[in-house]
Amino acid sequence: MSEKRLSIAIIDENHLRAAILEDGLRASGVETVTVIRERANLLRKLVMIDPDVVIIDLENPSRDELEQMFQVSRVVARPVAMFVDQSDTAMIEAAVDAGVSAYIVDGLKSERVKSIVDMAISRFNAFSRLQTELEAARNELADRKVIERAKSILMTSRQLTEEQAYDLLRKTAMNQSQRLAEIAKSVVIAAGLLK
Amino acid sequence: MSQRSPSSNDLIRAAFIPLLDCSVLVVAAEKGFAAREGLDLQLTRELSWANVRDRVSIGHFDVAHMLAPLPIASTIGVGHWTVPMVTPLSMGQGGHAFTVSTGLWRGLAAAGAPENGDPVLIGQALRQVIRARERTGQPPLTFGMVFPFSCHNYDLRYWLAASGIHPDRDVRLVVVPPPFTVDSLTAGHIDAFCVGEPWNSLAVAAGVGRIATTKAALWRGGPDKVLGMQAEWAEANPDRLGRLLRALHHAGMWCDDPGNHAELAHLMAGPRFLDCPPEVARRGLSGNLLLGEAQAHAIPDFIMFADRAANFPWTSHALWMFSQMVRWGQVEFTPQTLAAAQSTFRPDLYRAALAGLDVAMPKANAKVEGALAEPTPVASSNGKLMLGPDGFFDGQRFDPDDIERYIASFEIRADGAGGL
Repeated sequence: MSEKRLSIAIIDENHLRAAILEDGLRASGVETVTVIRERANLLRKLVMIDPDVVIIDLENPSRDELEQMFQVSRVVARPVAMFVDQSDTAMIEAAVDAGVSAYIVDGLKSERVKSIVDMAISRFNAFSRLQTELEAARNELADRKVIERAKSILMTSRQLTEEQAYDLLRKTAMNQSQRLAEIAKSVVIAAGLLK
Repeated sequence: MSQRSPSSNDLIRAAFIPLLDCSVLVVAAEKGFAAREGLDLQLTRELSWANVRDRVSIGHFDVAHMLAPLPIASTIGVGHWTVPMVTPLSMGQGGHAFTVSTGLWRGLAAAGAPENGDPVLIGQALRQVIRARERTGQPPLTFGMVFPFSCHNYDLRYWLAASGIHPDRDVRLVVVPPPFTVDSLTAGHIDAFCVGEPWNSLAVAAGVGRIATTKAALWRGGPDKVLGMQAEWAEANPDRLGRLLRALHHAGMWCDDPGNHAELAHLMAGPRFLDCPPEVARRGLSGNLLLGEAQAHAIPDFIMFADRAANFPWTSHALWMFSQMVRWGQVEFTPQTLAAAQSTFRPDLYRAALAGLDVAMPKANAKVEGALAEPTPVASSNGKLMLGPDGFFDGQRFDPDDIERYIASFEIRADGAGGL
């Protein structure tokens, strides 16, 4: 099997994660990457693509449909197997921890398989980190907004400058051992009640 | 009975797939049976059988609700890397059914299918419908089942083949995960499916399907789901395993009590488990199924959890499943694969764990399946065990000592010529 024409199918309903993985695979020289986002007629689509490797996320119940490809050699032209050889449990663990699994056709060289699975693992992990960072950024933005609101409430109701209002919030947060954003939120809620 | 504080309880991590037949695990965790044995039974809902198998294989979970053939396949090392697993307890018997689209049901009814779930006559009608489709050049019917290594797969194949239909040539069998079955039927991607409750009853409730027949009608008292785990874990944790089996046995007896069915239906129907209307969950528990809309039928032994040794891991069940793996070309028959299948089911662990309780345990580890036409007293630990009726709908018997001849006796099999 020529490595140049390696074909990989990615089954993932998460568009962003699929794009990140697709990107990585292309950058590593895989020419044909097909992303399947819809569940319907999964086996038929795979038969048409006839991939050498199928990568699927573990949150996808369709994984059980893939398992049938081990069994029904009439459905797919080439037999498919789990991505590991018996000895490499570290790789399985890393993959499952990252939330990904891969199915490989028989006869693909094991170094090539390893590099692809490693890529999938690292991209899945990168995606998780990205998710966490996005979440943090979203929270930070929300925090900043509520602090701005609280400052302007204090400035109006207590005739403070912006700096004084901020200092008051900060001191109160320190005295109460709470986050600045929490105190700001309380101010906004209280102001709403006193309206 | 000593009640320990939850903090000092020993942790057992268990995975399940949301189906009615995981009730025993849920009840053990939620109704205090595990805590009474000093266990903190932590349940995780999983999304696919492949995930359950892989995560048990790498030690994310200690034990799991599994399709009965799954630990056998894993021990043999087929469809997966080889991980020796054991089954020291069955999660019950029965519990699944075969549901057809309302469109296919009209065709079956026109071909003489009765409304009582009789597999012989419905099989004949199905054969006629398939023949007619072939004559008129229509595509083959597509049936969904849940996993290659599942009783759903083997029961469906057994029934089709006994009805003269080759499951690999005359129809298309595809895997459809349980949560997708009703949608796939509605969308017309499949014409029928074989799956555990509540999905059959949900298809009926949605008005898109009709329960044609049930596992209890195809093989009364047959296996379906088991408690599976790595052999290594069972070996390393004999005390913890013993306590778990006792908890699951008591939970199973609780589940079998009709007086608890309303509460159980409510518990299982909750968002953490089946997430369905309680009255639909209750149908399977009571065995009073609506086969079609407003057509109630009482199915004897539709699902049994523990009573009458329903949770006993019969070696003959393991070997029957193995015989079907061979029959359909999943596994080669060798002394090694046979021994692996046999060693997976562990009645010895069951006996050891439940020895101190007043549990009616069979004296034998295996039986001739299909031999009991009526309830029969059998040799047991406390002399109080009645078994049966059991049996295959076609009257065949499975003698676990004569597997090769049993397999060869089927005209329709992976390497056979039979079929339409």
